[in-house]
Amino acid sequence: MKMRGAKAMLESLKREGVDVMFGIPGGSVIPLYDEIYDSDIRTLLMRHEQAAAHAADGYARVSGDVGVCISTSGPGATNLVTGIATAFLDSSPIVAFTGQVPRSMIGKDSFQEADSVGITMPITKHNFQFYSVEEIPYTIKKAFKIARSGRPGPVLIDVPKDVQEKEADMKFPKDVDIKGYNPNVTGHPKQIKKAVDLLLSAQRPIALVGGGVIISGASKELMDFVEMLGLPVVTSLMGKGAFPEDHPLALGMIGMHGRKAGNFAISDADVIIAIGCRFSDRTTGNVNCFAPEAQLIHVDIEAAEIGKNVPCHVPVVGDAKQVLKEMIKIAAVKAKKHPEWTAKVKQFKKEFQPKMDYDDVPLMPQRVIKEIMEVISGDDIVVTEVGQCQMWAAHFLSRTKSRTFISSGGLGTMGFGFPAAIGAKIAKPERNVIDIAGDGSFMMNCQELATTVVEDVPVVVAVMNNHYLGMVRQWQELFFDRRYSGVDLGEVPDYLKLADAFGANGIRVEKPGDIREAVKEAFDSGRPTVIDFVVKRESNIFPMVPPGGCLKDIIEG
Amino acid sequence: MEREHVLVALVEDEPGVMQRISGMFTRRHFNIDTISVGHTEKEGLSRMTITFWGDDKKAEQIIKQLNKIIEVVKVTIMESDSIQRELALIKISTPDENARREIVQYANIFRAKIVDVGKDSMIVEVTGNSGKVDAFVKLVNPFGVKELAITGVTAMSRGSKPQENGK
Repeated sequence: MKMRGAKAMLESLKREGVDVMFGIPGGSVIPLYDEIYDSDIRTLLMRHEQAAAHAADGYARVSGDVGVCISTSGPGATNLVTGIATAFLDSSPIVAFTGQVPRSMIGKDSFQEADSVGITMPITKHNFQFYSVEEIPYTIKKAFKIARSGRPGPVLIDVPKDVQEKEADMKFPKDVDIKGYNPNVTGHPKQIKKAVDLLLSAQRPIALVGGGVIISGASKELMDFVEMLGLPVVTSLMGKGAFPEDHPLALGMIGMHGRKAGNFAISDADVIIAIGCRFSDRTTGNVNCFAPEAQLIHVDIEAAEIGKNVPCHVPVVGDAKQVLKEMIKIAAVKAKKHPEWTAKVKQFKKEFQPKMDYDDVPLMPQRVIKEIMEVISGDDIVVTEVGQCQMWAAHFLSRTKSRTFISSGGLGTMGFGFPAAIGAKIAKPERNVIDIAGDGSFMMNCQELATTVVEDVPVVVAVMNNHYLGMVRQWQELFFDRRYSGVDLGEVPDYLKLADAFGANGIRVEKPGDIREAVKEAFDSGRPTVIDFVVKRESNIFPMVPPGGCLKDIIEG
Repeated sequence: MEREHVLVALVEDEPGVMQRISGMFTRRHFNIDTISVGHTEKEGLSRMTITFWGDDKKAEQIIKQLNKIIEVVKVTIMESDSIQRELALIKISTPDENARREIVQYANIFRAKIVDVGKDSMIVEVTGNSGKVDAFVKLVNPFGVKELAITGVTAMSRGSKPQENGK
């Protein structure tokens, strides 16, 4: 089939099942946008490329499918960088297309030329540049295969302008072979048996669940397995939602701002089975005193994660779902429970209930989270920004289903939440989507209010407005003698006026009694809505493990 | 225990593959001592020999991180009995006849080759493992080494089994 490069790109995307993209055009992607004009793929016009990448990422995390974003060359591509790095650290499958100057102009420091492939090499799972027109269908096929298989991740394709314009005879392959890429899905049977044996010999076993369980779609298998063995379950931030947090075995998130019960339980464990989690320093605290008595079973599809941050006793390289299925088969025969340990864990849970029922004015963020939690359903999607707001949501807001808690874990990208919420809403338009934000984070991508209004994407932003970069301020309060340096955001903007300026809905809430109504009203309005929650300026997120501390050293305010 | 490791990576001969590999070493604070690259018996595949210093845990991480790179087809650690060679070209000052004669003698002992003779200098080509090359350079150093070019190690395991394809 003879066609222009740009058309071949869209044809390939259709064959990959893409029906929505997020982007901003520019000089070197005009031919591509010319094809988009005739295409039935919906392409949302974002207001900043960073937001396009986050939206694609949010779409991917909620749908489980690949998110696609587009930018022009040079500044368009460099603006994508933060979004791509965010997706990379959290293993989210996106494919990013960046325009590039024509092949004959590359290397001459041409207008809007940047080395997009070089720049994104360390923050992509892989990246490509089209060297020819004919390769387009093959390279796109490869890109999607790499992005969505194994441990997913972002893939970038740099598209010189002349490649978009030139015609060639195109062949669209059904599958492609990538010589050096063959993710190991099936766990080794001997290792699986060894792992189960170790778990069965344990007195105080625990499961640590990461985002890999969500990516693998292994929630059901996880439930069967832990119920069979009576394993208490803790999660990392990325694992939130993989296991219902209202389940009797659930101890919630562990880590720097984890639940005390979880931090205590894992510190006392003698065997840990970690599934799809990479032992981030925010999860482990000081690794030298992380679960000091525990032997570790580590199940991960990425061999390089095993033994990277903490020593591992039984490595199992494979897909979480497949490995858990095999483990269930073996464990079913010999399942053993640990009444003493279970009682102790229950005691932890009872003892350390998070407190949320504050009546203060200005509002306490914990109360806001509580009311939001009571309004939304299990299927609704909570997205977060980064900082105190993120940790309030992660700590206090329980989730029960996979892909309903979306947060920038690894990179900790402020400004992620709002555009990611746009992607989430596009993926699941029938569900409510709420972005738990701080005023600092929301401001970093608040221009996307324009996108939500023009493209009619009714997401709700709940701004915990304390006029501070709150997390930094909290650290300065605790560890820098209250010397508040560079954190005071002042009394601006007026979020009602800001929302109004974009044609969005704005609500201000000052009293705890009004929280619930405001959230309901926002969802019911069917319009993009900013809720300005006036919270106590110096509110903190506790408990907290001081930096460099052990999980057990978690402190209350 | 820290020691020198030698690994061989078969990589797809694609643009940017050197940058991917060296970039991975840099950003994870792994140091490359030497690196040498060339094509192989198979079209489209290049072979890299990388030497680095570190303990076994570090070596394991490096191999795993290399395997993550899509274009890396196979990584093998070279055992200490593997064949390891590097080649050096050394331009040595030869102010007089005596120096010249002595250097030729040393070259013979090391089975090195004189590849160029000028008015007051000569170029010697020496091949061997790193120890031998270093020893030769040390030996001729008093004459004045004007220029030194070393390829870095290239290596192959003993026996008939070739390094397989596929991770």
